[in-house]
Amino acid sequence: MGLFVAQLLTGLANAATLFLVASGLSLIFGVTRIVNFSHGSFYMLGAFVGYSLMQVLPGAIGFWSSVILSGLIVGVIGVIVEVLVLRPVYKAPELFQLVATFGVILVIQDLALMIWGAEDVLGPRAPGLKGIVRFMGEPIPKYDLALIAITPFVLFGLWYLLTKTRVGVLVRAATQDREMVAALGVNQSWLFTGVFFLGAALAGLGGAIQLPKGGADLLMDFNILAAIFVVVVIGGMGSLPGAYIAAVLISVLNVFGVAYIPQSTLVLMFVVMAVVLTIRPYGLLGREEVAGEHGQVGEPEKPIKPASGRARIVVGLLLLGLVCLPLLDSHFVLILATDIIIFCLFAASLHFLLGLGGLVSFGHAAYFGGGAYVAALLVTHANAPMELAFLMAPIGAGFAAVIIGWLCLRLTGVYFAMLTLALAQLLWSLVFQWDEFTGGDDGLVDIWPSAWLSEATTYFFFTVIIGVGGILLLRHVAHSPFGYALRASRDSNRQAEATGIDTKKIQWMAFTFAGAMAGVSGALFVFSKGSVFPNELEIAKSFDGIIVVFLGGVKTLSGGVVGAASLELVKDYLTRFEYWRLALGLLIIFVVIVAPHGIVGSIRRGYERLFSRSTTRVDGESS
Amino acid sequence: MNTQQADSVLKVTGLSKSFGGLQAVSNLNFDVRRGELLALIGPNGAGKSTCFNMLMGQLKATQGDVFLRGEKITGMKPRKIWRKGVGRTFQITGTYQSMTVIENVQMALISHHKKLFSIRPYATRLYRTEAMQLLELVGMSAQAERACAILAYGDLKRLELAIALSHSPSLLLMDEPTAGMAPKERINLMQLTADIVEERDISVLFTEHDMDVVFAHAHRIMVLNRGELIANGTVEEIRSDPMVQEVYLGGGSVFANESSHA
Repeated sequence: MGLFVAQLLTGLANAATLFLVASGLSLIFGVTRIVNFSHGSFYMLGAFVGYSLMQVLPGAIGFWSSVILSGLIVGVIGVIVEVLVLRPVYKAPELFQLVATFGVILVIQDLALMIWGAEDVLGPRAPGLKGIVRFMGEPIPKYDLALIAITPFVLFGLWYLLTKTRVGVLVRAATQDREMVAALGVNQSWLFTGVFFLGAALAGLGGAIQLPKGGADLLMDFNILAAIFVVVVIGGMGSLPGAYIAAVLISVLNVFGVAYIPQSTLVLMFVVMAVVLTIRPYGLLGREEVAGEHGQVGEPEKPIKPASGRARIVVGLLLLGLVCLPLLDSHFVLILATDIIIFCLFAASLHFLLGLGGLVSFGHAAYFGGGAYVAALLVTHANAPMELAFLMAPIGAGFAAVIIGWLCLRLTGVYFAMLTLALAQLLWSLVFQWDEFTGGDDGLVDIWPSAWLSEATTYFFFTVIIGVGGILLLRHVAHSPFGYALRASRDSNRQAEATGIDTKKIQWMAFTFAGAMAGVSGALFVFSKGSVFPNELEIAKSFDGIIVVFLGGVKTLSGGVVGAASLELVKDYLTRFEYWRLALGLLIIFVVIVAPHGIVGSIRRGYERLFSRSTTRVDGESS
Repeated sequence: MNTQQADSVLKVTGLSKSFGGLQAVSNLNFDVRRGELLALIGPNGAGKSTCFNMLMGQLKATQGDVFLRGEKITGMKPRKIWRKGVGRTFQITGTYQSMTVIENVQMALISHHKKLFSIRPYATRLYRTEAMQLLELVGMSAQAERACAILAYGDLKRLELAIALSHSPSLLLMDEPTAGMAPKERINLMQLTADIVEERDISVLFTEHDMDVVFAHAHRIMVLNRGELIANGTVEEIRSDPMVQEVYLGGGSVFANESSHA
């Protein structure tokens, strides 16, 4: 009994940080509709800034003022990010801003590395709260009790701010109808900045307040990201009490999970999320998102056309160049080209969903890694020949996509995105923790292609044929009746359903198809590397895919491929430098600001502005 | 037009819908007869759109049934009802903004010919002739290759009509077909619709706020008020019905000055 209560209290104490950070994320999303990937970075900064302040400010007063000061400082950093990075791109298509926030993550990672170094930092213990209290013989840290006591006050304070003050009314109004609030004369940009300040400050506060328990390290940003998204989604977007309940639920379950079923720790919160969303699709206290009349926010994409003769010649020439690469006789170039083609196919398969289907999947790595693992497992455990394993990869990935797609497609918008993320994480943690079958953290090694493909050059040609073939297939399907039906379902679900199109089924098939194609890229990957590790399934990989699709141009057919190829090339060059994340992050932010329609989209716009004066011209994409 | 034709295309019996405590539509009974243009009018909030959404399957009825040529279609999904030969246009147009005008029609034809899951042919090359004929019918052929996103609202309404006609429906449900259009455009579009449906033997049920349009084109009018059908008759009967005048039209100029809209 004593142990049980002690565990419960630990869970409640852990919930404090989670709630602080998640409520900030929820606020920012609610008002600005920005999925702020860099929220974890604000949290990390809060911890580091708090640590530095505590070195200078002594005693209990010093400790607590450090915590509050960290919140304020991180709030100001949030404002800087909002004004410099996000303001220029508010007009860009929906979700494009998340690419910018991804750039911010990279920048902050390297800045933190420069300032605080790579070593983990142990947080000082809170003066006056260092000891423990015994409850029925079980030790309970005093600081935990303090955290448990503080959180409800924060919740109450936020609730008061949002429901009882004028600012709060504006924030809530903006959450429901931004345009109306703007029409009533409220200066939106300052409202957004204010909300960013508050959201970032809460994250910073969360980071500083957990110092005595967890310290600070450079992995905190990504480590908390998944958890806070889960909390926000379980609680219901925009609901603070919901976020609190969810934070408590997740933290408490986590503590019990660690104690009683240790192998469940990574999966647990995603299982909870999947269960909650299956029963209550909009979270515990969330309300249904009112879907817009039109499928896409912002300007609709241009009509597409099958490639013109000229475009075919250009693509043909590029292919010819690709096939001639082995003539350079550089092993390095071949490996790089192989990697790029594989990543391009992965991005193209995600683009099919994201661009054509309007289905924002945050967990597409599940099918890439899934395909790779299916092949690797068959080779490892069943001694399957490479050909068979390769063939089974897309089938396995497609099978995973059939199930995940069926579960997720009952939801829409951000909830859909979050559930895809959760289920992908489920798969990842399964692979990560099932040591005896998947090799766990050590991955699966010695997965080499058959003899006839063992030469790097032959495997490169194989990759060209399968990879480029896959990309062309995806492109052709985009022009087929099925691709059109997918776009129709996105553009106007209502009209599509009213003209005999089973939109859910179309989307489900598309989800499966995209999953299978990602599986193909995963298979190409595993046989080119000879090994596979759980990180091929993780969030970072999924985000990589999303970033390149948006960076290339989500509303253009070739956006995914162009984005993937550019980023992979740039990355290959930049990673030779020590602070490559900083450079890459700044580059991403730069591209986002100068090319808010993605690389292809913005080039096309520039081209049109230059060469088309007449308005009667039919706009169509041909590259 | 012979309104005595008893050949019923759509039959509605005891149709009701309540949202919580609000009775939006109660106990509707009516027929749509073959070849007629039947108008459903009523003030805002009378239940017209609710009624439409139930007929087309977007909303589940609390009670009552809908029969299409004797077959019960209550509770069927919109796409199933569409497959049975019912077309619809929306109050607020729903078109595929990322496609060209003709592709919007081709999409409906692809669905009609059950080629939705085909991945071999290029969609733009399918049923172009048929699609072009439909666009000609509604006077949109000149704009066939334009992006749908840049169309004027009136043209979107025409396009939607072409889409609704693409599977040669026997019944057309039009929810405020002329909403948001200029007065002259309204009459033109409704005249066009009247010509098409007569030529193709299509029955039409439509809701409309513009009495000029209703009186000029409807063969028969039903008046809905607070979810109940309070009148059902020919244009003349409705114009002279004192109850209708009171609840709906408030004895306005439409009645005093009949000759102006002939």
